[in-house]
Amino acid sequence: MSRESMEYDVVIIGGGPSGLSTAIKLKQLDANLNVCLLEKASEIGAHILSGNVFETRALDELLPNWRELNSPIKTKVTKEKFLFLGKTKSLSWPTWLLPAVQQNHKNYIISLANLCRWLAEQAETLGVEIFPGFPASEILYNEDGSVKGVATQDMGIDKNGNKKDSFEPGIELLGKVTVFAEGCRGHLGKQLIENFELNKGKDPQQYGIGFKEIWEIDDKNHEEGLVMHTAGWPLDNNTYGGSFMYHAENKQIFLGYVIGLDYKNPYLSPYDEFQRFKTHPAIKKIIEGGKRISYGARALIEGGFQSLPKMFMPGALLVGCDAGTLNMPKIKGSHTAMKSGMIAAETINEHLKEKKDLSIYENKFKNSWLYKELYEARNVKPSFSWGLILGIIFTGIDQILFRGKLPFTLKHKHADHETLKPANQMPKIDYPKYDNVITFDKTSSVYLTGTNHADNQPVHLKLKDPDLPINYTLERFNEPAQRYCPAGVYEIQKENDINKFVINSQNCIHCKTCDIKEPSQNITWVTPEGSGGPRYGNM
Amino acid sequence: MKILVAVKRVIDYNVQIRVKEDGTGVVTDNVKMSTNPPDDNAIEEAVKIKEGGKAKEVVAITVGEEKAQETVRKALAVGADRGIHVKVDGILEPLAVSKILQKIVDKEKPDLVFMGKQAIDDDCNQTGQMLSALLNWPQATFASKIDIKDNKLEVTREIDEGLETIEINVPAIVTCDLRLNEPRYASLPNIMKAKKKPIEEIVASDLGVDVSPRLEQLKVEEPPKRKAGIKVANVAELVQKLKNEAKVI
Repeated sequence: MSRESMEYDVVIIGGGPSGLSTAIKLKQLDANLNVCLLEKASEIGAHILSGNVFETRALDELLPNWRELNSPIKTKVTKEKFLFLGKTKSLSWPTWLLPAVQQNHKNYIISLANLCRWLAEQAETLGVEIFPGFPASEILYNEDGSVKGVATQDMGIDKNGNKKDSFEPGIELLGKVTVFAEGCRGHLGKQLIENFELNKGKDPQQYGIGFKEIWEIDDKNHEEGLVMHTAGWPLDNNTYGGSFMYHAENKQIFLGYVIGLDYKNPYLSPYDEFQRFKTHPAIKKIIEGGKRISYGARALIEGGFQSLPKMFMPGALLVGCDAGTLNMPKIKGSHTAMKSGMIAAETINEHLKEKKDLSIYENKFKNSWLYKELYEARNVKPSFSWGLILGIIFTGIDQILFRGKLPFTLKHKHADHETLKPANQMPKIDYPKYDNVITFDKTSSVYLTGTNHADNQPVHLKLKDPDLPINYTLERFNEPAQRYCPAGVYEIQKENDINKFVINSQNCIHCKTCDIKEPSQNITWVTPEGSGGPRYGNM
Repeated sequence: MKILVAVKRVIDYNVQIRVKEDGTGVVTDNVKMSTNPPDDNAIEEAVKIKEGGKAKEVVAITVGEEKAQETVRKALAVGADRGIHVKVDGILEPLAVSKILQKIVDKEKPDLVFMGKQAIDDDCNQTGQMLSALLNWPQATFASKIDIKDNKLEVTREIDEGLETIEINVPAIVTCDLRLNEPRYASLPNIMKAKKKPIEEIVASDLGVDVSPRLEQLKVEEPPKRKAGIKVANVAELVQKLKNEAKVI
């Protein structure tokens, strides 16, 4: 098949904080570079979901005058709370006892989607060509094995793989350097990590699933600038997770929940844990009388330093959470993603000008504050594999007394798809019914995401073995895809007493959880037709 | 032949519409906007006619705020030759848009004016008809098939009873139904080329058209929530409920 090709100095895949920062920094270093950026969403920001309490450190370096550029960074954090939740009680933890990494008084409550839209405007002003609605579906290699660029997804293929009248072939975008910035569990990044063995000698990557809802709440319950986190109920001592509630502008709160995907019980439903969490008296009293206006979910990286793959390879760099630069104890990944992109831009500029090898990324990274941050944060997440209480005690010692400088590094022992126990060894969980006031079913939640995929296109969630879900996963794990998917994509339907595994791929909100958690790694997420997926507003 | 196609920027059809708390309208901040879907069909048809050799030029026009220009840019990416953006801020009613289009038609002298049958935001379904009256041109609304025959158009219309085929003289206005065609995708190289195509910017007041609203909007509110259904035990109970509670029989 012949495809048109276009050549650039640098091709960037993904319009999140890391990709956009790479683009901006490149053009600042050399305005003559030809830089293009592909984004699979219908517009920049539409697939971005994050808390988000934003640390401006990277942005201060990238665009020091951001305050004068009408940036959407407005709400300063004014107050912080940390609660331990019991089933009905809550215990407030004094914030002065929180490790420094968890203190937010210099930070801002923002919508990361809006920040990305604004960064995209800055990038376009500098001459970056941004193409939303064009997923990169395939990595192109040179004969010597180095990365040559990417191909965009063909458009207008029907569900059986035949060309429709509207067929439009993908385009080859060739870069002297290609930067992969797809975010957590990027489907091309995953292939690069495997092909170039970028994670050799590293611990298995760790993930979480994060949920977010935006609520418009009653004036009397709203405290603009308040940041609140909780740990404890409804999760048990052995499941890693917690909530966030950020009081943003316009009487909105950003309410969310993150659960480590290393959970063991296949009956656990992250979605339902989040819904149940909202019924806690300490939370309910704030959102009662308010209105839920947005919903979304996305997998995130939790592995940190130990799991961070090599970020360079011949012809390409891997940045942001496509590699895994999130700082877990800080619960922040935007500033680190941006910094990793800025280092990528400096690397590429020297590579193109002075013919230096892309491996200089490593040294630049090691000499940056980004490395120091991730190094000092490294022992927090693995310590929680001993349970919440021991995790907190250890974290106190590690972060407050030793400031991350303990002379050892704890390991992540298992990949998240290996941690599920067989269903018959684990207790079933009875989740309360949805009341449609505070808690909602998945269908009405997905409705709020504005998700759509053009119908009559191939299913973009591929099963390596189509019979495995029924023949093995259902029997052994009670098919957990029904529960870990936050959008109700996977269902077991009974037809004449025969079980059928149904994939409602049009509901997919591109969170990548199935690709991560499926116990046999039987599900592979690939790119659907361009613009498909959620249409998030200010997530 | 020259075809003028009017396109409108509206809230994307996948977005769940939210009414503003004060009832003054719907929320448009941070909301994905797109070209009105049947306008995409109108552009597609015009481009197809041009590709079939029956038209020489396709001009895309939009009326609206600064960002409305994106819809013209998209039309250029799928084959329109040049664009016109008439800048107006604030509420725009169909009559104002028709009057602006009338002025542009006087200037551009197209043989055909295409647009979507209605816009999915206000659902007015009036602009084409009003323009037809202002220009005193024939109109074919809800077109699902268009054939050009010499200086006439044979148009199949989607109507309540089924399909109606009519013949009208050119110049004419055609408003397009979603069944007319399947709009093509804008390819990446064409999006690049579209960035270089010209868009003429005109300020509405320079056209001498009074765009001030003629309607007063009192309030916007959400439709009442549907109550949950109930299960009845038998037909007798159903009939009884329909009679006494729903009062529909």
